[in-house]
Amino acid sequence: MFIVSASLCAVCCPKVCIVGAGPAGFYTAQHLIKSRQDVEVDIYERLPVPFGLVRFGVAPDHPEVKNVINTFTQTAQHSRCSFYGNVNVGTDVSVKELQQAYHAVVLSYGAEGNRRMGVPGEDLAGVHAAKDFVGWYNGLPDNRKVFGLSTILFFILGQGNVALDVARILLSPMDMLKKTDITQPALDLLAESRIRRVLIVGRRGPMQIACTIKEVREMVNLPDTRPEMVAADFKGIAEAVKEVPRPRKRLTELLLKTALDVPTEKEQEKRSKASRVWGFRFFRSPVEVLPAPDLSRAAAIRLAVNRLEGSGEGASAVPTGEVEDVPCGLVISSIGYKSLPIDPLLPFDSRKAIVPNTMGRVQKTAGVYCSGWLKTGPTGVIGTTMNNSFDTARALLEDMDSGALDVSSAKPGSQGVTPLLEKRGVKPVEFSDWEKIDNEEIKRGVAMGKPREKLLSVDEMLHVART
Amino acid sequence: MSAARRLLRFNPRLLQSRTNKRTAAVTGAAATPPHTSVGNAVLFSGSAQCRRPEGRVTVHFINRDGQKITTSGAEGDSLLDVVVDQKLDIPGYGACEGTLACSTCHLILEQEVYDQLGHIIDEEQDMLDLAYGLTETSRLGCQVCLSRSLEGATVRVPAGLFDMRRADSSGSSSSA
Repeated sequence: MFIVSASLCAVCCPKVCIVGAGPAGFYTAQHLIKSRQDVEVDIYERLPVPFGLVRFGVAPDHPEVKNVINTFTQTAQHSRCSFYGNVNVGTDVSVKELQQAYHAVVLSYGAEGNRRMGVPGEDLAGVHAAKDFVGWYNGLPDNRKVFGLSTILFFILGQGNVALDVARILLSPMDMLKKTDITQPALDLLAESRIRRVLIVGRRGPMQIACTIKEVREMVNLPDTRPEMVAADFKGIAEAVKEVPRPRKRLTELLLKTALDVPTEKEQEKRSKASRVWGFRFFRSPVEVLPAPDLSRAAAIRLAVNRLEGSGEGASAVPTGEVEDVPCGLVISSIGYKSLPIDPLLPFDSRKAIVPNTMGRVQKTAGVYCSGWLKTGPTGVIGTTMNNSFDTARALLEDMDSGALDVSSAKPGSQGVTPLLEKRGVKPVEFSDWEKIDNEEIKRGVAMGKPREKLLSVDEMLHVART
Repeated sequence: MSAARRLLRFNPRLLQSRTNKRTAAVTGAAATPPHTSVGNAVLFSGSAQCRRPEGRVTVHFINRDGQKITTSGAEGDSLLDVVVDQKLDIPGYGACEGTLACSTCHLILEQEVYDQLGHIIDEEQDMLDLAYGLTETSRLGCQVCLSRSLEGATVRVPAGLFDMRRADSSGSSSSA
């Protein structure tokens, strides 16, 4: 009787596997579990810890954005959801093996790589990808290398929200940072840093800036700092801003106010006492990073001066032929994350760096779907990813209902995967193991006056998970 | 950090009154599993500026599928509180739990209701800028509090991205 029940359950339960335990993976799982009472979802994650960029990308001083962890935790604790951390899909188990074990596979592993600038000198010491810098202050085990912060001037190339997060963390007063979950090594280094000036550089003009207003407002309000812009960059902007959509209008108005308006008495006082400076520089593209005389590290950056062709969001930057060499010791390239292929048998669009898909259904690959940045490219806030993931889940559910995805025959699910992992010496971390890591981090954080003190290495995470 | 956001995060009275729905991110404690269903797990609403006198106020929600839901909340509750407390089926609503860090509690109000609510702080406007389907009478549900004057008001849940799908779903960028 018992055995018959078990096999009946195996027949009727559609089993879905999700690769990647960040927001995309969790929102996809959430929607699937809520929409069908028989779906079981297993989420595989490379690291021992879940939550992806919510843990490793969102800035330490934005804890409210991390509140989504609560809803993800609820999903992970659901009886029809299981988390398998410390499993690297592509090396520990192949996507083909997952397809054999599950009725459907959803790829939600995001963007682990960086877009390269493609200029000479890019690999010199002193030039870093923003993703690696963010990973460093957020405790991503892959980014434990120490950054030298002994220069006074810091260039950030790119003007999206990641660039502004980096600038803000570099310039924030220690009093603010020390109460966040920024890693202690990063905090210690920032406390000793000599950084006094951060310039955030973009190819185009103020009306094409990629960041959002909340982040600009945070820079404007950052204690002990003052803004420094080039008035000429804003020529014609006050007129052009009148006819644009609301979000662009409000953002541009804030930039104009910050750059051009006579400050209030209070603001003037703040600026005169400020010890640190930040500013946007426009119409500049990097063409080369120039080395120091001993060729060991970056000493200056050569920037091409651009003009705009066209207007609005689609305007393009055209070089004028003029270049500027600016001495600087530290350059952060913040021009975009990039997804990487994890399995040669899966289609991958190297130009767009996404898995080619139609509404989340991976092209030419039945039973495989994608959600999050892997599906649409690495832009958007958590809310964007939520909608994106719900969309993929709906496509998957439609396919189950229509029969396009055959769920009539039993699949073993994780029981088809864990024996393979065991044979390969891979021991998954379950959600309850993550909770041990979570509790340990919170406990260490209490001692430091922080919400948590993150464990910084996979070894340490596994050690705590196994005790 | 703005005064409004500081208030939302650190108001001790609020934290006490919503003890059962505390967010781990704010307090650093382990998350208390809420009693809402998966997919609608909003825990804590930080409507700092709402007082909590007696009296229920009836409001109608028009959901994304056009379904009308008639429900009520206490005077002083935010619209986000109502969605959470009444377990309304709005997937993904209130992701940041009322802390002005997202726009997923976006609601479209009737003109008269919108007009009487008055001034909107910059931080809410900044988040509204990112909302899908923004209108002239849009507000964030976590910032709108029930009062007698909202009795019988109808609010509309805007269409999400999946209701505005395009054929080419690759590479279209949204806000950074």
